[in-house]
Amino acid sequence: MYHKTTGYRVFSVFNYAFMILAGLVCFLPLLHLLAQSLSSKAAISGNLVSFWPVGFNMDAYVKTFSNSNFISSMWTSILRTVLGTSISMFILTCAGYALSKEFRGRNVLMWFFIFTMLFSGGLIPSYILVTGLGLKDTIWALVLPGAFGAYNLILLVNFFKTIPKALEEAAFIDGASFFAILSKIYLPLSLPGIATVSLFIMVGHWNSWFDGILYMSDASKYPLASFLQTVVVQSNMQNMAMSQSEVEAMSEQSIKAAQIFVSTLPIIMVYPFLQRYFVKGIVLGAVKE
Amino acid sequence: MKKSWPLYVLCIPAFVFVCIFSYGPMVGLLMAFQDYKPWLGISGSRWIGLDNFERIFRYDEATQAIINTLIIAVSKIIVGIIVPIIMAILLSELRNVGIKKSVQTLVYLPHFLSWVTVAGLMINILGLDGGINQMLTRMFDIAPIYFLGDPDLFRFTVVVSDVWKSFGFGMIVYLATIAGINPSYYEAAEIDGATRRQQIMYVTLPSMLPMIIVISTLSLGNILDAGFDQVFNLYNPLVYSTGDIIDTYVYRSSLLNGQYGFGTAVGLFKSGISLILIVVSYRLAYKYANYKIF
Repeated sequence: MYHKTTGYRVFSVFNYAFMILAGLVCFLPLLHLLAQSLSSKAAISGNLVSFWPVGFNMDAYVKTFSNSNFISSMWTSILRTVLGTSISMFILTCAGYALSKEFRGRNVLMWFFIFTMLFSGGLIPSYILVTGLGLKDTIWALVLPGAFGAYNLILLVNFFKTIPKALEEAAFIDGASFFAILSKIYLPLSLPGIATVSLFIMVGHWNSWFDGILYMSDASKYPLASFLQTVVVQSNMQNMAMSQSEVEAMSEQSIKAAQIFVSTLPIIMVYPFLQRYFVKGIVLGAVKE
Repeated sequence: MKKSWPLYVLCIPAFVFVCIFSYGPMVGLLMAFQDYKPWLGISGSRWIGLDNFERIFRYDEATQAIINTLIIAVSKIIVGIIVPIIMAILLSELRNVGIKKSVQTLVYLPHFLSWVTVAGLMINILGLDGGINQMLTRMFDIAPIYFLGDPDLFRFTVVVSDVWKSFGFGMIVYLATIAGINPSYYEAAEIDGATRRQQIMYVTLPSMLPMIIVISTLSLGNILDAGFDQVFNLYNPLVYSTGDIIDTYVYRSSLLNGQYGFGTAVGLFKSGISLILIVVSYRLAYKYANYKIF
């Protein structure tokens, strides 16, 4: 038996070590960030912080949460995530349920939707449209344009298709309407699919930064990711271009770290609970025999 | 007969949104054939035929952006297919369920971080006195490497960080495929005296092949998509020569410099070629792996 050969044992040991290392590599940068956010300025500029805080203090978090721009952009992000996910899920479950059935014109409609995944107007025409509709500087510019996602629709359609037809027919005979069937049978039974798609949309909204920068003319209206982009990335570019002293940039390091960490926390907290759903969701939605 | 009108009603919201926000901007593509002036609008701007498209190949910066896009996207596709396959096979060889699940949870995580966050992490870690350089200096006694400011290294950094972020998520379908392999194949192979390596070569890999073909052909459609989010957050003027991709070039040339017509033309050029590639790749995936999108 191969399990007992020396070669397999050696491979096994290395494999365990390698996979554990791979897992850690995906996680250590965040831990480093957390350690920095809790460390003193002196420890950071002396490069003493690795994965454990040195000179523990909460100053960076106090400063982060007393920054009014940070707080207001966090509210914008929460609002857009709640609004955006609800609107998207409403549109997508309605259409997804309908398109999992056979009816006249179903294929044409499906291709009409899928075509949006293959071809788009692009950056400037979209910008001009959103501006033209008067959505600029409102939360709707962040919520409405991306509300429909063809990829998510496909996942949901495939999910609804896995629910046995007999259930629906029985309900029909008992006199249930389409809408009752959707809410009482399909939604509860396809919870893994709904959870998966909701998670994707939620994370998408929470992480979106470009539309904020594009459609908000004033930084005070930015969602959190756009705010971070200006703080973390753009300030770094300026440092590079102007070759300012490294020292000054370093002094802000713990605050930057705290801001990044706080903005990532909701995702880190939500996702382990949804993991079993999305793995199942991806596989059922994407793999078809 | 069942009435199907409720099904049409259910599709109305999606239909309305798609018409406005997906098909609406396509009207704006007319700008690509115009010398577009925002104050004149599409109806008032001058038509200039294909001039904007000719400029794509006249401007060195634009041609360079196309070349950069191809190099970065193709490298990402190749590495992004091979690494998840290898990692999925290695992970499925772990027998300890606890360790397996923990590793899985950890490697999925980066997929859910935004590129802004990852860029923040990378700027922090890859800087001249960041963690990686400190480690390298201590271990090999070499001068600090400027990962994000060196044109020769920038593409490498982009590809590696993309793999770091996405390999865990890419593994999911391969892991599912491996889990679906009939155990009797392995038993038969073992009775025939196959070593574990031989079992991987002659049972696991061939069983994964249809999925590998589907993923590879479908990724053909991304050949002009080098990842705006990532490059935009990582690049800086020092590395424009190797790191500027079509999408970032469109952003800078149009929204920042006001060349709306030209920017739209570059975007249309990219979308057009991508559309052709995607259609071809779906055909191939259907022909060789019997894959249908819905």
